[in-house]
Amino acid sequence: MAIFSVFVVNKAGGLIYQYDNYVTRAEVEKTFSFPLDLVLKIHDEKVIVSFGQRDGIRVGHGVLSINGVDVNGKYTAEGKEIVEYLKDPANYPVSIKFGRPRLSSNEKLMLASMFHSLFAIGSQLSPEVGSSGIEMLETDVFKLHCFQTLTGIKFIVLADPRQTGIDALLRKIYEIYSDFALKNPFYSLEMPIRCELFDQNLKSALEIAEKAGTFGPGS
Amino acid sequence: MTVHNLYIFDRNGTCLHYSEWNRKKQAGISKEEEYKLMYGMLFSIRSFVNCRKDGFMSFHTSRYKLHYYETPTGIKLVMNTDLGVQNCRDTLQQIYSTLYVEYIVKNPLCVLGESLQSDLFNSKLDSFIRALPFFNIRAA
Repeated sequence: MAIFSVFVVNKAGGLIYQYDNYVTRAEVEKTFSFPLDLVLKIHDEKVIVSFGQRDGIRVGHGVLSINGVDVNGKYTAEGKEIVEYLKDPANYPVSIKFGRPRLSSNEKLMLASMFHSLFAIGSQLSPEVGSSGIEMLETDVFKLHCFQTLTGIKFIVLADPRQTGIDALLRKIYEIYSDFALKNPFYSLEMPIRCELFDQNLKSALEIAEKAGTFGPGS
Repeated sequence: MTVHNLYIFDRNGTCLHYSEWNRKKQAGISKEEEYKLMYGMLFSIRSFVNCRKDGFMSFHTSRYKLHYYETPTGIKLVMNTDLGVQNCRDTLQQIYSTLYVEYIVKNPLCVLGESLQSDLFNSKLDSFIRALPFFNIRAA
């Protein structure tokens, strides 16, 4: 299992399809006494660890729940500000669950359009003539593979760095898109894809790709 | 295989150094603008990737590959090569530790945070890059 998610971006940079296939979500729950030995800050309406990594809690992790009750953005379930709540010694000991914050659909739209412009800049700054945009972006935890069709649609797959056979998968997704989204009479071009057959076929293509090319040598 | 060009940025986005070897296409904008565009792209990729440890390492397009290395102090080294080059992390780290630190940081006349003027650094860097196993002038 090593394909994380699939994005389809239209030629204007809008996200028209997103599917999370496999989510590794490390969540850590821990009981703290006063004062808290982590530095928390508010970022994008979420409470994030800004300093003090310990016991699997990392910088960038968000507060997911307090005493087993899920938080609501930067507020507790009762509507108090989390930062204020944690300043009060009377509320201790407190059990807080940390984890990587989930991406909201707005954030996904933003990331898709961000990649759209990165793709264009990558081709503009090319030292060689006739370069495409970014085809593969590599980090230590994942690889992003992007395939742009002649009509400008981008298919993006995020996968484990060791996963093989992504190029074939991207072309397969293009085929599925042509067959099940474009041929669907209720689908209007450039709009979000809400076709059941597209979903089903994409899922089975991902399963096949994962079984075929997991952790093979090279990629 | 070949090396196209190399950018060094500091943590504020100033382009400290730029040199090019086998570059066939210019960006079509002034160098100053190009540095800003490159830094902006790297900055966005960093926030786009948003992960711990090494984070962003490289990307490739159909014609070239961009290698990225960032030190904990925020010095960013960017090298564009062709697609045949596998992993340049060690090379970039070496440029930082044996050239930048030796000839810039240890030179009291070099003001940190400004574009590098040292001829010694430039010539050492040039000979270092030319001696790389994958620097082989194919068509120049």
